[in-house]
Amino acid sequence: MEFPDDLKYTKEHEWVRVKGDTATMGVSDYAQEQLGDIVYLELPEEGEEIEKGEPFGVVESVKAVSDIYGALTGKVVEINDPLTDNPETINEDCYEEGWLIRVKIANPKEMEDLMDAAQYQAYIKEETA
Amino acid sequence: MSTPGATGLILEEGLLFEQSVPGRIGFSLPAPDVPETDPKTKLSKNILRQKEAALPEISEVDSVRHFVRLSQQNYCKDAGLFPLGSCTMKYNPKTTEAAARISGFANSHPLASPEAMQGNLKLIYELQNYLAEISGMDFVTPWPAAGSHGELTGMLMIRAYHTAKGNPRKKVIIPDSAHGTNPASAAICQYDVVTLPSNKDGILTADAVKAVMDDNVAALMVTNPNTLGIFEENIQEICEIVHKKGGLVYCDGANLNALLGIVKLGEAGIDVLHFNLHKTFSTPHGGGGPGAGPVGVKKKLEPFLPTPLIIKENGTFKVERERPQSIGRVKAYFGNFGMLVRAYAYIREFGPQGLRHISEMAVLNSNYIRKGLEGAYHLPYSKPSLHECVFSDKFQKEKEIKTLDISKRLMDYGFHPFTIYFPLIVHGAMMIEPTESEPKASLDQFIEAMQKIAKECEENPELVKKAPHNTFRSRLDEVKAARELKLRWTV
Ligand SMILES: Cc1ncc(COP(=O)(O)O)c(C=O)c1O
Repeated sequence: MEFPDDLKYTKEHEWVRVKGDTATMGVSDYAQEQLGDIVYLELPEEGEEIEKGEPFGVVESVKAVSDIYGALTGKVVEINDPLTDNPETINEDCYEEGWLIRVKIANPKEMEDLMDAAQYQAYIKEETA
Repeated sequence: MSTPGATGLILEEGLLFEQSVPGRIGFSLPAPDVPETDPKTKLSKNILRQKEAALPEISEVDSVRHFVRLSQQNYCKDAGLFPLGSCTMKYNPKTTEAAARISGFANSHPLASPEAMQGNLKLIYELQNYLAEISGMDFVTPWPAAGSHGELTGMLMIRAYHTAKGNPRKKVIIPDSAHGTNPASAAICQYDVVTLPSNKDGILTADAVKAVMDDNVAALMVTNPNTLGIFEENIQEICEIVHKKGGLVYCDGANLNALLGIVKLGEAGIDVLHFNLHKTFSTPHGGGGPGAGPVGVKKKLEPFLPTPLIIKENGTFKVERERPQSIGRVKAYFGNFGMLVRAYAYIREFGPQGLRHISEMAVLNSNYIRKGLEGAYHLPYSKPSLHECVFSDKFQKEKEIKTLDISKRLMDYGFHPFTIYFPLIVHGAMMIEPTESEPKASLDQFIEAMQKIAKECEENPELVKKAPHNTFRSRLDEVKAARELKLRWTV
């Protein structure tokens, strides 16, 4: 499993890439592996406000349906539209092609709550122990 | 000992549409003794079909063979062990089937007058009382058509109760070990769901509830025994905490098969509780319906019970169709009445001692399997479990074998797989519920098969990863089936 160093992570297994005042979000390699083959994806609309820790989307795999939680609060400025037709991309490439949404960050202070790659890996280890 | 898996003569069967031969017909009718009428001359054009319906044209033999062949590709409780955890796939005794077919029950009309259906009303009335007695609740409504429908009915009553007090409140607390339908039912009743983690033992603690309980919480919704098969032993203390802040406690009693004649949850302080007659009282599961999910309530919720209510007055039964504070009807007519007849017959056949024995045997069978597989499979929770036990694929993961592979391999040994990947709090969950129906010999066969599979995972992992090998179909492409849904036959 891969956890790129330039990303931040949440306890709900989302990743965040921050560039200026926008944040790109997706689900981590660990999350896609746990979910198994993803067959359906529901994303918010552009312009919607999402909140840190609140569900903004849904992924469905052959195993289960799960909410995707906001890593940061903000307004959705772009969604990865083609992904809803090809949700398997999340399994294949969760960090690049499989990104989900871009958000205009409302509260940069919230970034302090995110984990770096090392912390996230330690967190997974603890969770699966 | 040997396990029952073997290849048998199971036959391929195409769609009826593919077997259709123009002009072939499966019945013959006598010549009409009234003049034939062309519908086109009698019915208005907008309700007439423009094109002939493309129905298959087949003979009687074709159609009988079609359904018999399909039924032989199926697996059922009458054929063997069906250890789906959380589903309580118990054997349905044929006496209860016979009871439901008694002509007075089977042929009664739902619109008959109460005078003409005194027997039916008496049966429902007595069943309500039996369920109330078994659970320690004050009143029972028998109408909901499934467990989840019972949850909805119960939550609607809770909402009506708080609304009558002036404030419906906003939140419902649900532990992560509750059944998946619980949060859905609360959300449909417009409550925000607060998820509460269970502790290391897999249960809810009083302190965890205390920390989130405030006067905006309408109810705590708890499954007991929970989805790990573990009894929520702090339930009494938890009820007191919730009540202190004016909240109510909803108990998902669908796992009652572990508690019959042993625990009355009503006495622990539960305010609302639903039963799954198809899990506990052996009515058929029937592929999602018709089921029955009666709901028991305490006295303070009586005004909100759904209509109609069956009242006994001077030895006769009356149907009360209106009640000012009732949440109204939740189901047409008299619910799934046939299910009520079966549950009634089951309760009467076994009696109090027999029902208790059912639970004792269900718990014993589950623990026999748990003990038999301990060591071979990882047990994520060591706390004693009741009617079902949950393992994980942690040991087998080292050989890259997953729960899915193990469950597929189990079919080669002639068993229906257990519930997989549920509850969600256990990664790679294998949830096993044998029920009381199984004789020891069948449990031993199952344990032997699972032990053999554990060994195969070590010695020949490819065998397990590619399973099943002996079944009519090998591993199906479940991903493709989910991604490319084809719900309609076309040429
Ligand atoms: C604990 C529990 N609660 C609720 C339900 C939902 O019941 P139903 O499937 O009848 O809607 C089930 C179903 O198996 C259950 O096991």
